[in-house]
Amino acid sequence: MSSTARALAVTVADVIEVTPLVKRFEFVSTDGAPLPPFSGGAHVVVELPDGDHLRRNPYSLMSSPRDLSRYAISVRRDDGGRGGSRYLHEQVVPGMAMTISAPVNLFALDLRARKHLMIAGGIGITPFIAQIHQLSGGGAPFELHYKARSAPLAAYMDDLAARHPGAVHACCSDRGEDLDLDTLLTTQPLGTHLYVCGPERLIAGVTARAAALGWPARHVHVEHFAAPPPGLPFAVRLAASNLSITVRGEQSLLEAIEEAGVDAPYLCRGGACGQCETAVVACDGTLHHHDHWLTDAQRETGDRIMPCVSRFTGRLLTLDR
Amino acid sequence: MTITFRTETFRDDFTFRNSPAGIRRFPFPFHEDGYMYSVNIEPHRPGAPGSVFEHGFDVDEHYVAEMADRALVLAEDPLRCQALPHMDLASWDYLELVMTTKARDYPELFTLETDGDRWHWTNRPLGIDDRFTFGVTSTLPCPPLEYIGRQTQGDHCLLDQRDNNLWMDAGMVTTQADWSLDFDIGMNFFEWHAPVPLAHEMGVFQRAIKFLTSIPQGQPSRRLNWTLTVNPRLDTSPENYPKWGPDKLTVTPDTIGEKMHLRVELQTFWRLPRSNALVFPIRCYLLRFDDLVTIPKWARRMHRVIRDLPPELVTYKGMSRYHPMLVEWLAAHDDGAPTSPGIFPD
Amino acid sequence: MIEPTILSRPTYGTLEPRPGRAHLLIADDAGSAAIVDLFARAPADFHESATILSVTKDLSGDEAAALHRLSPATLTACPDMPAMLNTLAGLLAEAGMGVQIYLAGTEPLIGQAMRVVIEAGIDHSAIATEHRGSLARRVQCVHCKGFMDEVTTQPVTCAHCGLSLFVRDHYSRRLAAFQGVCINAEDQSEIVPAEEVFR
Repeated sequence: MSSTARALAVTVADVIEVTPLVKRFEFVSTDGAPLPPFSGGAHVVVELPDGDHLRRNPYSLMSSPRDLSRYAISVRRDDGGRGGSRYLHEQVVPGMAMTISAPVNLFALDLRARKHLMIAGGIGITPFIAQIHQLSGGGAPFELHYKARSAPLAAYMDDLAARHPGAVHACCSDRGEDLDLDTLLTTQPLGTHLYVCGPERLIAGVTARAAALGWPARHVHVEHFAAPPPGLPFAVRLAASNLSITVRGEQSLLEAIEEAGVDAPYLCRGGACGQCETAVVACDGTLHHHDHWLTDAQRETGDRIMPCVSRFTGRLLTLDR
Repeated sequence: MTITFRTETFRDDFTFRNSPAGIRRFPFPFHEDGYMYSVNIEPHRPGAPGSVFEHGFDVDEHYVAEMADRALVLAEDPLRCQALPHMDLASWDYLELVMTTKARDYPELFTLETDGDRWHWTNRPLGIDDRFTFGVTSTLPCPPLEYIGRQTQGDHCLLDQRDNNLWMDAGMVTTQADWSLDFDIGMNFFEWHAPVPLAHEMGVFQRAIKFLTSIPQGQPSRRLNWTLTVNPRLDTSPENYPKWGPDKLTVTPDTIGEKMHLRVELQTFWRLPRSNALVFPIRCYLLRFDDLVTIPKWARRMHRVIRDLPPELVTYKGMSRYHPMLVEWLAAHDDGAPTSPGIFPD
Repeated sequence: MIEPTILSRPTYGTLEPRPGRAHLLIADDAGSAAIVDLFARAPADFHESATILSVTKDLSGDEAAALHRLSPATLTACPDMPAMLNTLAGLLAEAGMGVQIYLAGTEPLIGQAMRVVIEAGIDHSAIATEHRGSLARRVQCVHCKGFMDEVTTQPVTCAHCGLSLFVRDHYSRRLAAFQGVCINAEDQSEIVPAEEVFR
């Protein structure tokens, strides 16, 4: 029993350069029907058929949940990554047919909140844009703090600040600005929920301060956008399918399993949701866990792996798949 | 397909009956000659034409009468329908799911016309014709969950998803097998299932929660659950236990066939996309034992299941008083022949 | 010590000082000793950021005096539960995120205070609790919806509708009560004698 979101056929309606590093891609459904509804914080998994290598990358929806005529994602170009963002930036143009998944939300607003306090770092702004659209229709107040290297690189900052005066606060490091986290976290009304999306260091820093300042764990929500890191190629035996495969350097283990025609479940493809968890039958080498799902104790035993982000070095990894 | 809606009652004179076609389409819950808990969840895909699985929300010959019974329950006890404040969006989500699904599957019964947020809903069996603004509660005659719950067979629980758990934060519950929404509202998945024996130790709920929290939108799942009820009574709530409890004393070898009913819940699970909540409709089907034993396969299997039921489940399902009597009555309808796999009649 | 039975039956811990800039401690007479024990384990300046709210039968009794000796920044003693719950709601309206909530005493105290804290927007899992004192239960009759405080017998006769109720371990945080279900609904001629079990 496991789940994978269903596929949607879409057409690229627009590609817009937002900053020198960020492009926005807008999709309409190919059959002209409205796209499925979604909630703020949801992502879609975009299929990127780059030659004979099919990547599937998750991106947060940033369009309004109340506008189902098109979906929008924003992608930051990462030249050091596995090539998914480069493919989107260089190859994807209006009119192209693409396949995306139905939306899945692993970073939903807690609607019990009396107030939503959002902290974004860089391209981590995107889920918050959809959430702010959702909250603009009524609901608890929100406050967004947006950290970026510089104003020109802070995608959508001006637009957000103009539309939500007083609720959106910029924090640009080139202007010497830094987030006064302690003041922020000690001046929130009871019932506030905190949301963080951005680089790993930001998430770790904010969650640690929140815990030290007495914030309940269930009032703190984070979205890691861990992309699968590239690495060295490695050999895998898929025991249940009786197949031997090689995972290429720029490919994730999950992608290699899919390429071999083996059905594998997933939702987030970012090491967060637990759907793709796979049992390790034998491991002649070292597992490299990059997920946020397994506990330290589970990693210690080495009897399972999250193939969407994690890798292996050594002679042979045998999986129950 | 046209449905002839029956005029019948689920209380007092109990005029509820299944038509011959209604008997054959009953969702018999046992796929083999025994029963134990399992996470028996499967995709809720459209099933065979005419079966209760044909459509996402089955509408059958009891629809109008069941809605009339629900109205009676709500008039006496408005707390059967409640939503915690943060569940408003999920309530609209559910209204949308039911209206779009029913209008598509039963165009002769239901029509939905939308123009942006302006919606026009027609429910011909219940004589409802309303225009409202989607998302604006003041444009409906009552809150959205109550509105759609009064027009949809079965109980409906809206489960908020937080912290890798599901929280029973809203519901319309008038046809329940002895649990109280008013008491359980706000509980998480493990808490509201706490009184169920054996299943926790078996890890059933731990496995189920992992699956349920990852159900994607547009891919509902289903399972069948069952119990026995004396008389075709929909409202076997704890609130009204003093009203239906004494029915159990009326069970004798002579009345079992007429009074004893197999009560099956078709439970489905759907992701609600606008709120990220899950809706858990629990649709109740009743089948009189006299009617059940007209299907030889079901007669044989029912005997074997009830005979071999673990004592904890005999108690939990409320049949301690008459379990031996039931086994004896059913034995007379079991010729010992083997049964074919699966739930459907031969 | 309250043993776990079914998963909806709350269990309680031992109060330990937690990180936070403000500490709100609520106790009845039975729970005041748990607050005293907590202070003994807490940093020396803990009392400076502590607010104690108590419900006590005797405003000049030993328990009230023991709490007073802890020198909290604020100490409010209330003569009954409704007064305490009202005061609590008022304190929470002024509080901000980061405040730590500690509840100590009997289950009716813990449960009813917790309900007020949850209604103020705090997740129940963030509330520290320690059970002290009697095992008397607050019970809701599922039939007439009436509440009874301080139930000590099994079964108990509903003070409102008169039915004989079996007190289940099934517990509702939202109602701050255990569930009472008619014990002889099937045959009211069956009389089950009451036994004193929740002491």
